[in-house]
Amino acid sequence: MSILIGKETRVLVQGITGYQGDFHTARMLEFGTQVVAGVTPGKGGIRLHGVPVFETVAEAIPPTGATAACIFVPARFAKDAALEAIEAQLDPVVVITEGLPVHDVLQIVEFARRQNVRLVGPNCPGLTVPGQCKIGIMPNHLFMPGPVGVISRSGTLTYEIVAALTRQGIGQSTALGLGGDPVVGISFTDALRMFQNDPQTAAMILIGEIGGSAEEEAARFISAHVTKPVVGYIAGRTAPPGKRMGHAGAVISGTEGTAGSKIEALQAAGVKVATLAGEVAGLVREVV
Amino acid sequence: MKLHEYQAKELFAKYAIPIQKGVVIDRPEQVDGLALKYPLVLKAQVLVGGRGKAGGIKLAATAGEARRHAATILGMEIKGEKVRRLLVAEAAELGAEYYVAFTVDRAARRMAVITSAAGGIDIEEVARTTPDQIVRGTADPFLGVQSYHTRQLGRRTGLTGSLLSDYVGITTALYRLCVAEDAELAEINPLAVVAGRLLAVDAKVIIDDNAVYRHPSLPKNEELTELEAAARAEGLSYVELEGDLAIIGNGAGLVMSTLDMVAYFGGRPAENMKQAIEIVVRKPGVRGLFINIFGGITRCDDIARGIVDARPPVGMVVRLTGTNEEEGRRILQAAGIHAYIDPEEAAQRAVALASQQ
Repeated sequence: MSILIGKETRVLVQGITGYQGDFHTARMLEFGTQVVAGVTPGKGGIRLHGVPVFETVAEAIPPTGATAACIFVPARFAKDAALEAIEAQLDPVVVITEGLPVHDVLQIVEFARRQNVRLVGPNCPGLTVPGQCKIGIMPNHLFMPGPVGVISRSGTLTYEIVAALTRQGIGQSTALGLGGDPVVGISFTDALRMFQNDPQTAAMILIGEIGGSAEEEAARFISAHVTKPVVGYIAGRTAPPGKRMGHAGAVISGTEGTAGSKIEALQAAGVKVATLAGEVAGLVREVV
Repeated sequence: MKLHEYQAKELFAKYAIPIQKGVVIDRPEQVDGLALKYPLVLKAQVLVGGRGKAGGIKLAATAGEARRHAATILGMEIKGEKVRRLLVAEAAELGAEYYVAFTVDRAARRMAVITSAAGGIDIEEVARTTPDQIVRGTADPFLGVQSYHTRQLGRRTGLTGSLLSDYVGITTALYRLCVAEDAELAEINPLAVVAGRLLAVDAKVIIDDNAVYRHPSLPKNEELTELEAAARAEGLSYVELEGDLAIIGNGAGLVMSTLDMVAYFGGRPAENMKQAIEIVVRKPGVRGLFINIFGGITRCDDIARGIVDARPPVGMVVRLTGTNEEEGRRILQAAGIHAYIDPEEAAQRAVALASQQ
């Protein structure tokens, strides 16, 4: 088992003919993902890496049976693409694109909520179920199937930590990147709930960073509802207040969003929190 | 992108939110001949908070006093920020002071409205000491904020009569401003009673950096340092820090984690690839460069080409792994550059490098 996607998932890529869409569609196919359709307005009718390209999502679904969306569309057109995928009931809708205006994201998130569609991102690396399906941009060779669920606000740190797990022979059930924006779809809490209910997952890793209070909310949820062991890591212990550290959402505002507050909350909920990212795999080894 | 008070008030005027009559000046002698009635209030236009306590706000009863204050405030530094402009306005007799703001509520994933009858002071302080004085709500992005919403908020804040009607107009307009101008924060504190009407006495607006492209007439971003602005123009995200080791990485989390790792091993970090290198080494005092790449959407071969092209003038440690890793290592090797795989080993090497030189 896994969360959100699996072997049966049929992926539609929006923005498939762009620089990133083209490259990462090829990588997803190599991984074994069933990429069944692409959509790029103005490019309908061609095939790319053997995948048929359509003008609209509505036209693409009936002949291909697509069930999920992966969006590489540039930021200024990404809201339109995401709303189109949500209205078509693709699920999950995974938005890789970085740089969406927050008011656009608020509309996308609200529409997904109303349509009961699970939204991943924006500004995220997507998600990977080792040996079954990958949606997004995570490097293919890092993963191995196994019992650890990974949830992260950072793409590159996910790669770092998954690579270390695999080197130590610890496999992953699903690795999920939530996205680095202030407002995103699926939260730590949503993902923890899914992993708690997933029989393949025996332990979870939560990779957070400064900004907002999602880790503190996750800590409350863990105290109340999570019985499986959780290992944590928070990036930005040394980040200065008031500076946006690369991610739009990674900013300490006043006293809110510090690494210290997140680490304290997680530790109080029984989470083992690593000081360096390199220590995470070792802590996981102790609990699985 | 944070706006100055006077810039925020220009936006307020566009949305018919009432503000005090005022003029922006940048030289003390401009105080003479202003078509404003004394007493006046002179307010330093800076982006940092706490300007009142720092002496950046003064009252003047006469023209001579106004000139003296203007000469003192213009050019003074408030928390390291030089005062270049003054907002001069007619000093009003303030009655009751209210607070209203719209802000992105990350947890609710909506715009939140926060309002209170305890305005004029730090709202976080009010939230701590008398939380029952704060009224909150959230906005459905498709429904927006209608007059009935703000009428309910105004009633819960204790307003009646013509003040309630002013409040409804102002608060509804403030939300409209947020959406149309892509503000992530719009705050009026205080929203004060002046001569029986509500007036925005102060104004704070932060525009979403991701939406700046939709607003070509926005003023220049004054929050960024020169190097940060140069980086942004290249599409890079650069944060200027105090230290002697420059860090470049792909991905915000990896860079933050690299900073933490360098600090852990006792170093002091100061942060396309070609442009990034050229920018980070321009910072005075940088004695070493640490590049930490785990390629996902970033490809190691692109990175390697950028490193080879830039030929940094300071000592450099490269850690490179991920998408197209072999090709990247081959390119670096051909140029005589060693690439580490283990991030902690590389971080220790980088710290040693910066302390040697």
